[in-house]
Amino acid sequence: MCLGVPGRIVEIEGTSAVVDFWGVRRKVALDVVDEEVAVGDHVLVHVGFAIRRIAPEDLAETLAFFEAMASEDLEGLEAGALRGGTSAEGT
Amino acid sequence: MSAPPPRLEFRDVARGRALQARLERAVGRAGRPITVMHVCGSHEQAIARYGLRARFPDGLRVQMGPGCPVCVTDAPEIDAAVALARAGVRILTYGDMLRVPGREMSLEQARAEGARVEVIYAATQAVDIARAAGEPVVFFATGFETTAVATAAVLLAAPPPNLYVLSAHKWVPAAMEVVASAEGSAIEGYLAAGHAATITGHGLFEAFAEKHRRPVVVAGFEPLDILAGLVLLVELVAEGKAEVVNAFPRCVSRAGNRRAMEALLRVFEPTDGEWRGIARVTGGDLRLRSAFAAHDAALRFASELAAAPPAIERPDAALCKCGGIMTGLLQPTDCRLFGKECRPEAPVGACMVSSEGVCRIWHEHGLGGAASGEVAS
Repeated sequence: MCLGVPGRIVEIEGTSAVVDFWGVRRKVALDVVDEEVAVGDHVLVHVGFAIRRIAPEDLAETLAFFEAMASEDLEGLEAGALRGGTSAEGT
Repeated sequence: MSAPPPRLEFRDVARGRALQARLERAVGRAGRPITVMHVCGSHEQAIARYGLRARFPDGLRVQMGPGCPVCVTDAPEIDAAVALARAGVRILTYGDMLRVPGREMSLEQARAEGARVEVIYAATQAVDIARAAGEPVVFFATGFETTAVATAAVLLAAPPPNLYVLSAHKWVPAAMEVVASAEGSAIEGYLAAGHAATITGHGLFEAFAEKHRRPVVVAGFEPLDILAGLVLLVELVAEGKAEVVNAFPRCVSRAGNRRAMEALLRVFEPTDGEWRGIARVTGGDLRLRSAFAAHDAALRFASELAAAPPAIERPDAALCKCGGIMTGLLQPTDCRLFGKECRPEAPVGACMVSSEGVCRIWHEHGLGGAASGEVAS
């Protein structure tokens, strides 16, 4: 029940969208997503509702974070502004 | 049908090994055993599925807390849904609620007797079904804040008058408070669930961290998310820093999803409620505000609920250790029913029912992934 599933928007009509989840398409409500979304965007979907637009830069940031941790690059980690979570503040 | 970008897969083996090594060093530097708790069934599933627990260093114990909404739904809440179903009311609910034992029976058993119980996977389906039905339809709505938001959105979008909500929604931060305040708790840090924090924001945990002097790290659900989250958490514990760190920035912000939180708080208000096997949790339940009384199944069907005969508890339920397991005091293997009287096909406690329940996960994956490794093998 708690599973949030990321998918890609392929169609938008009013307050609902068709989202592609690895080949399975479902109608998803956009009532509570807190950003403008467009076709091609990735969203996190939970029991039929998109709850978050996943920005491409946030994906890249997470990967950079893993990279920094894996290489023990502590300065890189601090620079990644993950402490205190300022990265996506205010969105 | 386009393939998802590979970037969404956070399962890289080399990175996993490096994180594992760093986790080991962090625990080593601490120079003492450390126990932390995650508060999410999806974390436990990933830990078990990818064999992470076998790769955790000696001296690190990762407990699952009250992070399974199905498991903490109280037996009387199930009983209420069962009572309505047996009174002939049409019931819709999420699939993992079907087999959760009430005191007398589960919704699945009520259905086997002829009651109308249907499974939905999205809250919006409840609206579609009610519109087509014309008769009263009750959505037995369960789950934590992420799921409650969906129920709230449905009620805010002018649902048909014959749709009623029987709310068993719960508010996780209130239960974390109970666990952190429990006497004898050895938990030194918390790994918070990324999806719930997507709604609430990780700023919500700042007061908690400060009050209990314990760090909180918000983590996602891929193996690397969890390893990275644990590394950060153990390092904070070792350094004695009670900070809140967001290790899931691709989904979580400090403020969370304000639009979703607003919807949730317009529809629901926190109230004290029982969490199965754990405690009466102050502010732990979410009930419908009076503005939504017209859709409140507890009011519409008050007489049916009052007329239901009192449920009789099955005798072995008293032996169930779900409560101690969900508060981090015990492990599934500490329960004498585990894998014997209590199995996925014949569950005694709710922890064995849900795919998010720690007993069920341990039963299916061989002691919580202590057996084999995939990512960090």
